[in-house]
Amino acid sequence: MTLLKADFDWKPLALVPALALIALPAVGSGSTWITLTVAGLAMGMIIFIIASGLTLVFGLMDVLNFGHGVFIALGAFVATTVLASMTSYTQADSLWLNLMALLPAMLVAMAVAGALGWVFERLIIRPVYGMHLKQILITMGGMIIGEEMIKVIWGPGQIALPLPESLRGSFIFGDAAVEKYRLLAVLVGAAVFAAMVWTLNRTKVGLLVRAGVQDREMVESLGYRIRQLFIGVFVVGSALAGLGGVMWGLYQQTVLPQMGAQVNVLIFIVIIIGGLGSTTGALIGALLVGLMANYTGFLAPKVALFSNIALMVAILLWRPQGVYPVTNR
Amino acid sequence: MSNLLTLSGVHTHIGAYHILHGVDLVVPANQLTMLLGRNGAGKTTTLRTIMGLWHASQGTVTLDGVDITKQPTPDTVQSGVAYVPESMGIFSDLSVRENMLLAARGARTLDDIDTTRLEWIFGLFPAIKKFWLHPAGKLSGGQKQMLAVSRAIVEPRKLLLIDEPSKGLAPAIIQNMIAAFRELKAAQTTILLVEQNFNFARQLGDSVAVMDDGRVVHSGSMAELAADEAMQSRLLGLSLGSHQ
Amino acid sequence: MMSRLLSNDLPRSRWLTALLVVLFLGLLFAPFLFPGVKALNVAAKVLIFVALVASFDLLLGYTGIVSFAHTMFFGIGAYGVAISLNSAEQAGWGALAVGVFCALLISLLLSLLIGLFSLRVKAIFFAMITLAVASAFLTLASQLSDFTGGEDGLSFRVPELLSPGFMLRETPLVTPLGEVDLNGRLITYYLIFVAVTAIFLTILRIVNSPFGRVLQAIRENDFRAEALGYRTVVYRTLSNVLSASFATLAGCLLAIWLRYQGPDTSLSFEIMLDILLIVVIGGMGTLYGALIGSVIFVLAQSYLQDLLRVAGTATEGIPLLPALLTPDRWLLWLGVLFVLSVYYFPTGVVGKLRERAALVRLKGLK
Repeated sequence: MTLLKADFDWKPLALVPALALIALPAVGSGSTWITLTVAGLAMGMIIFIIASGLTLVFGLMDVLNFGHGVFIALGAFVATTVLASMTSYTQADSLWLNLMALLPAMLVAMAVAGALGWVFERLIIRPVYGMHLKQILITMGGMIIGEEMIKVIWGPGQIALPLPESLRGSFIFGDAAVEKYRLLAVLVGAAVFAAMVWTLNRTKVGLLVRAGVQDREMVESLGYRIRQLFIGVFVVGSALAGLGGVMWGLYQQTVLPQMGAQVNVLIFIVIIIGGLGSTTGALIGALLVGLMANYTGFLAPKVALFSNIALMVAILLWRPQGVYPVTNR
Repeated sequence: MSNLLTLSGVHTHIGAYHILHGVDLVVPANQLTMLLGRNGAGKTTTLRTIMGLWHASQGTVTLDGVDITKQPTPDTVQSGVAYVPESMGIFSDLSVRENMLLAARGARTLDDIDTTRLEWIFGLFPAIKKFWLHPAGKLSGGQKQMLAVSRAIVEPRKLLLIDEPSKGLAPAIIQNMIAAFRELKAAQTTILLVEQNFNFARQLGDSVAVMDDGRVVHSGSMAELAADEAMQSRLLGLSLGSHQ
Repeated sequence: MMSRLLSNDLPRSRWLTALLVVLFLGLLFAPFLFPGVKALNVAAKVLIFVALVASFDLLLGYTGIVSFAHTMFFGIGAYGVAISLNSAEQAGWGALAVGVFCALLISLLLSLLIGLFSLRVKAIFFAMITLAVASAFLTLASQLSDFTGGEDGLSFRVPELLSPGFMLRETPLVTPLGEVDLNGRLITYYLIFVAVTAIFLTILRIVNSPFGRVLQAIRENDFRAEALGYRTVVYRTLSNVLSASFATLAGCLLAIWLRYQGPDTSLSFEIMLDILLIVVIGGMGTLYGALIGSVIFVLAQSYLQDLLRVAGTATEGIPLLPALLTPDRWLLWLGVLFVLSVYYFPTGVVGKLRERAALVRLKGLK
């Protein structure tokens, strides 16, 4: 965003620390609060990685993809296979060796998810451009098929995805325990966000995406073949979902074929809060959702999912199109 | 005098509505052709059909000898056409600078844009330079209009399709725009311009085509129409003559 | 008389009429035509789906609203009856009535809330929100185990007249097709049959009334409807409330039939998919599609799994195929069928039959 400093709408950004601060007295203990907050930020970052692609697909292509979950699950399952074949690396207590295993796992997961994304766009999405109802129905169908195919390939049960040795455990800061993996998740998420913001703001492709989210037709009228841009964004979005799936799987330490559908609901809440088409909005939404889930998980576990819905409703009452609505729609 | 753009028997349907009923139009090269007519006559639809945003259900559109009737919009644009829609199509969240950068298809970065050309545009429309880094959405209506036209001329094009550019502009700026279009004509650019303001039109146009009910009902030289007040009121309605 | 009963919404196709008549009579005489416990279960399931899908079609096909909360209302009806009958000292008609009434009340309030909320958000947001709410409700049902029996669910007794032990006649009725027990199950079946028929005809009345026509106008172009002076929010909310209420009633019927209720019997996502599939295959916005689609679907579900089992064993040696052709992967084929239906069969069976009939009529006119 090249908005001038005076123009920047900082209110939504302030929601994140606001939520954290409100939770502090509720949680009581400072050290627990630190643990929960880091956990919330980590979860939020992972959700952001997954949601970032989806919000751009919605914003740019006006495509309602209810099947985004399939890329999450696929990425996670691919990672289990890759990591299982590299146990010598993952079980060694060396950060370097562990990363040498983790990085290929992530890259392969992204590549496979991205490839599936290309196929998905071609077979499932392309025939129903502009038809929202059919998109919802068909992408759901696509996700069912994907989930079942995962069961065919990897079996219907859950598979363990243990953390590599050196990423287990926590750093202790006084009374507070901060899990090592969660710190890594925050770093990865921040890196993805930075990369996205850089691409969107400093490259011509990014410029095209931002313009296309506002007015697809005008971008075409300026001579750009927006179809190819669509495909690119969809593939990148799917690859990111795959990456998110790997990280989510490691966060939970197990993967299930249904995990896509489970995370799907959270993703939708996030992009509704953020505003369709807004990357920063997705980040804020994701962080809020992550923090909320962890605080309520500690304070009142039974209402965890409802708390996120309540959060979404509250935000929609404030800004019906999400915190950073994209204009011109 | 060759024709850059020719429309032959073009019909356009939008859903169930039959808007263009066989449009025959020629746009001579290196001239400015005015497309006049009441609201709802089909002027915008004609431009959009040329651009390929709506597809002609019948008839042909030929650009420089090439049949572009079924061509997708980006391809038509890449053949050298620029379009300024009535709604201007400004990307509000992007800065003025970014809007211009997008329009300069050949440019990867801002440095690639011809600086002389940019300076020329700044001279014509000072607001563009003044609000260079501002979000385009913060500009006034008239300034957005200037930006829309600037985008179309940031790189040389064969054909400009412009839909009601003078709307909301101050007279001084309108004069600048007229000067700009005259320079473009001299630089081998063909312009097809839709206008409601006849006074603006008569200063600029070489040829004129008048549309009504989805057809071209009159075409000829501007000089001829400008001199004949009876024809003006017959074709354009009495009210237009009072727009001074 | 017939057309007045059907609110003048006739099948408009000879094949369709024939099919509907056959299905109606088949369901009416199901206990006698297909004796046996499994067949009766299938028939009851079909009936309940008809009510569930018809109420969904009111919302989707006629008002153009996608809502994933339908199974939630279905579950509210089912759990309402289940909890009421489970906790009542005497599982009688009073407890049943209380259960139904409370369930309807809760559904009314919830659907009203959801409907009014749709004022502020776009359609796509609404779909996602209903998905979130339905998921949350499912989790809630599993978690409030004291109340709902959690994952295990609730078993309960039904009023005596409806229970299997109640015998109209000690000995079963012997027919050429087999033996039919004249017991409470039979009575329950006909209770469901009458209720579903009433629900179906009521919904048919609603969609063919001026109210229903406004709904369709809103579906086509809500801007224009608003411009014409119709408060679209009110109509949409009402449609939502009506749809939810009928789904709740269907849920109550389900509970009475199964005498058991758990999260999987009514709240699961799979059921939502089944509803979507049926409405697509049958034909959106036709209501008759609910009947035809439900029959096709339930029959297919019951017997396709057997087919898959056979196909799976037949292709034993070939790699990968057995994994694809097992009854456990029924959902995979459902998904494929679903996607193909949306592409190639957008108007569903009813739509296709009507198109055929219309073409024939046109040719006849020429």
